[in-house]
Amino acid sequence: MNLLTSNSKLSNPLTHTSFPLVIAGIIIALSMLVPLAYLVARASDAGPRITNILISSRTLEVFANSTVLVLVVTALSAVIAVIAAFLTVKTDLPGKKFWSVILTLPLAVPSFVGSFALIATFAPKGSALQNLLAPLGIDVLPPIYGWPGVILALTLFSYPYVFLTTRSSLRGMDPAIEEVSRSLGYNIRSTLRHVTLPHLYPSIAAGSLLVAFYALSDFGTPGLMRFDSFTRMIYVEYQLGFDRSSAAVLSLLLVTLVAVILFFEHRVRSKASYYSLGPGTKRQPVLLKLGRWKGVALVFCGVIATLALFIPIGVMFYWFFQGVAVGESYPNMGIITFNTVYVAALATLVIVAFALPMALLVVRFPRKSTSVLERISYIGFAMPGIVVALSLVSFGANHLPMFYQSMGMLVFAYMVLFIPLSIGAIRSSLLQINPRVEEAARSLGLGQGRTLLTVTIPMAKTGLLAGAALVILTIMKELPSTLLLSPIGFKTLATQVWTGAESASFPYAAASALVLVAISAISVTIILSQERNASRR
Amino acid sequence: MNKTFPIVGIAIAAAIIIGVVGFMAIPNNSDNSMDSDRVTTAEKPMASDTVTEKPTETLTVDEPESETAESMDAKVIDEPIEIETAEETMAVDVTPRQNQVLTIYSGRAETLVGPIIAQFEQDTGIKTQVRYGDTAAMALAIMEEGQNSPADVYFAQDAGALGALAKEGRLLALSPSILEKVDSDYRSSTDEWVGISGRARVVNYNVNLVDQSELPDSIWGFLDPKWKGKIGWAPSNGSFQSFVTALRVLEGEDRAKEWLVGIMENDPVVFSGNAPIVEAIGRGEIHVGFVNNYYMHNIKAKNPSLPVANHYTSGDAGSMINIAGAGVVDTTKNKALAERFIQYMLEEKAQTYFATTTYEYPLVAGVDVTGSQTPITEIVKPQIDLNDLDDLQGTLELLKVIRAL
Repeated sequence: MNLLTSNSKLSNPLTHTSFPLVIAGIIIALSMLVPLAYLVARASDAGPRITNILISSRTLEVFANSTVLVLVVTALSAVIAVIAAFLTVKTDLPGKKFWSVILTLPLAVPSFVGSFALIATFAPKGSALQNLLAPLGIDVLPPIYGWPGVILALTLFSYPYVFLTTRSSLRGMDPAIEEVSRSLGYNIRSTLRHVTLPHLYPSIAAGSLLVAFYALSDFGTPGLMRFDSFTRMIYVEYQLGFDRSSAAVLSLLLVTLVAVILFFEHRVRSKASYYSLGPGTKRQPVLLKLGRWKGVALVFCGVIATLALFIPIGVMFYWFFQGVAVGESYPNMGIITFNTVYVAALATLVIVAFALPMALLVVRFPRKSTSVLERISYIGFAMPGIVVALSLVSFGANHLPMFYQSMGMLVFAYMVLFIPLSIGAIRSSLLQINPRVEEAARSLGLGQGRTLLTVTIPMAKTGLLAGAALVILTIMKELPSTLLLSPIGFKTLATQVWTGAESASFPYAAASALVLVAISAISVTIILSQERNASRR
Repeated sequence: MNKTFPIVGIAIAAAIIIGVVGFMAIPNNSDNSMDSDRVTTAEKPMASDTVTEKPTETLTVDEPESETAESMDAKVIDEPIEIETAEETMAVDVTPRQNQVLTIYSGRAETLVGPIIAQFEQDTGIKTQVRYGDTAAMALAIMEEGQNSPADVYFAQDAGALGALAKEGRLLALSPSILEKVDSDYRSSTDEWVGISGRARVVNYNVNLVDQSELPDSIWGFLDPKWKGKIGWAPSNGSFQSFVTALRVLEGEDRAKEWLVGIMENDPVVFSGNAPIVEAIGRGEIHVGFVNNYYMHNIKAKNPSLPVANHYTSGDAGSMINIAGAGVVDTTKNKALAERFIQYMLEEKAQTYFATTTYEYPLVAGVDVTGSQTPITEIVKPQIDLNDLDDLQGTLELLKVIRAL
């Protein structure tokens, strides 16, 4: 069953790393070092207090909390996402296109909105569910707060990171590989287990890293779910003591945890190749018949979608109509929506344009140095948004005053925060392309640029699109750096959701959040329809 | 191998072109000439030669139901409310300079202060650009920006944040004419900031579950075991922190610790902020909670049937009055303009706005609260100097020691 790894030796005829690729990689890595350098500088202000902060029992406890949280949420997300990806790509599940979009969309729900909705639905008393059950004599539900709530919410709103990357790999996979396995007499189950799943490891890993770092860096969910996470502790330092140095020390500890995770992920990352040696013709893969499992599959998708998407949307509609009832007005929604789409699309183009060379570098020139460059790109995403935002405020105002609070600066901030979303997806897609195909194109006289445009990019299209979808959905709901680094007066739907929530004006927050989910749905639909064209090629 | 050269070339070129185009498209705010037809710039501060130009379309928003400030983007209220007095006052100390814009960093949400800032623009002819954000984040941003801060005015949600900026030497002393408008209880003892509206600490309770007569007169009454599991609080919230600091200042470190430990023994339910506490009280999940006075009013404006009411304790930290206030950032290029803004916020129109729209307490004599709000004069507030509330570190340590945080 070792169809995958047999050719790892002969795979790489390219012995010298291309200089421009390295430059691109270094530019990205240097950008990521901005927040890191800032943290070191700020932390050193803390002086001897550093040790006190580091060894306090509270720090250790919260550190342990966060570690366990990351492990549990990542594992759960991976399971949900892989099942959902199989169902929507490999089976005859009814309404696959619909489910692909619906199961991606929880990513567009800002985490505090989602958590708020879950609380409104499942809170011990006075929630929708308790009111529903009250006639049965149920006065109090088990508390959602703490571990159950934070795990539920983080899993529901971050599993799409794995879902999208896994889906793109499944679609990019050469069906011949599975067919060979079947023709050798292995049944479906054993083919799935020994052929298909191993093929997906790079994309599952890429997505899981994103989930892990999202769980580490999110603030909204732990806050509402009353859970002591690292990020919450960092916020408290900022919020209460205006203590930038303590916050920086804690953030560096978080970066250490991130580095450890990246190290282990790298250790277990398979060195196998994931492309077939054949000519690589793509055909529509044969779909698995679900048969009597169809009902179970639909229930599975339905439950996930209900918890992660329909409940938040329902709660938002409820708030929205409360606002309509008291005659609330919703001005400027058009401009704000345009702003959101404009900046997210712009930043997504820039990010994908930088992520592609970085992914090429890692896949085509796998060295320690290139993989370190790639790993560094995760720093921004893994840190709480406010930490990255303040580091860029400091950097921008003092070193790039011309750019400070310009659109360029905001796009740069998004790149620092979100580039790994795209690198991971593109990387797993590139792994499925046999470099011989590129070589063949070159040997047939195609220039390097045309090879990229006509061979590599089309073949990696599913990954590029998945990466773009992840980035655009995440940017549209991003808050701290949008508040601090956008051109002054520039509003996005996310900032409006925040404004509404901040002043307890929930109808307004709900209206913005609904529009946010709606335009996210449009974006995802467009992106996923491109994906279909990609595989028809 | 150069094979991949164009790959990178194209990618980088595309990125740069896109980046540059994007950058050019939206002028950065350091130069004052904003391209007035960019849709993406939601607010267009002053084209240099257009004094007469009305606040632009994005700024102008119909806001007929002016008693609630819900419309987030209402920058200008269409029908000026009793605007007559404005013309005289505006002429006083500052002639608005046509090409100057006042940059405000606001820790107060746009829903709350957007309409009154728009009114300020209309009445004074001074253009503003406002960065809205979290009170702490805005203070931290000014600190990080250092001498390159574009901010002229910092408008904060609590005295602590203003104190923190003042401590860093980032606020200028205000003119006596401004300071004197507000009782010395509500301003900086070193003159760097002044309160604009008052925010009282209160106990909220569910009127269906608790009879008002059961509510203790003092926060100490909540240590009674009968409140076990029924109290909500938000230890990570800034207003709550100020309350604890006040408790430490008023009753001493040991007593503050005693109170906190006592509440902890009553298994308080922890929330992330005030609004969720009020909601949870409304749902009956908890019976009482420590919050600020205006949340209940704000939430009830949308949901009048919410069974929640305010209760004031007597003469202790539980009914202290904190402020939302403002100061002039030391990097301002026009202190007079910045002070004009603060002065406007202390005039009758703005003070009335805060009383009726955000349900806060006016701090200038002669303006009263409306509706169901308990008048500030009826609150038996503790004798506390808001300047003493700057020891947030101590509060933080205390809350960590008792494991509330």
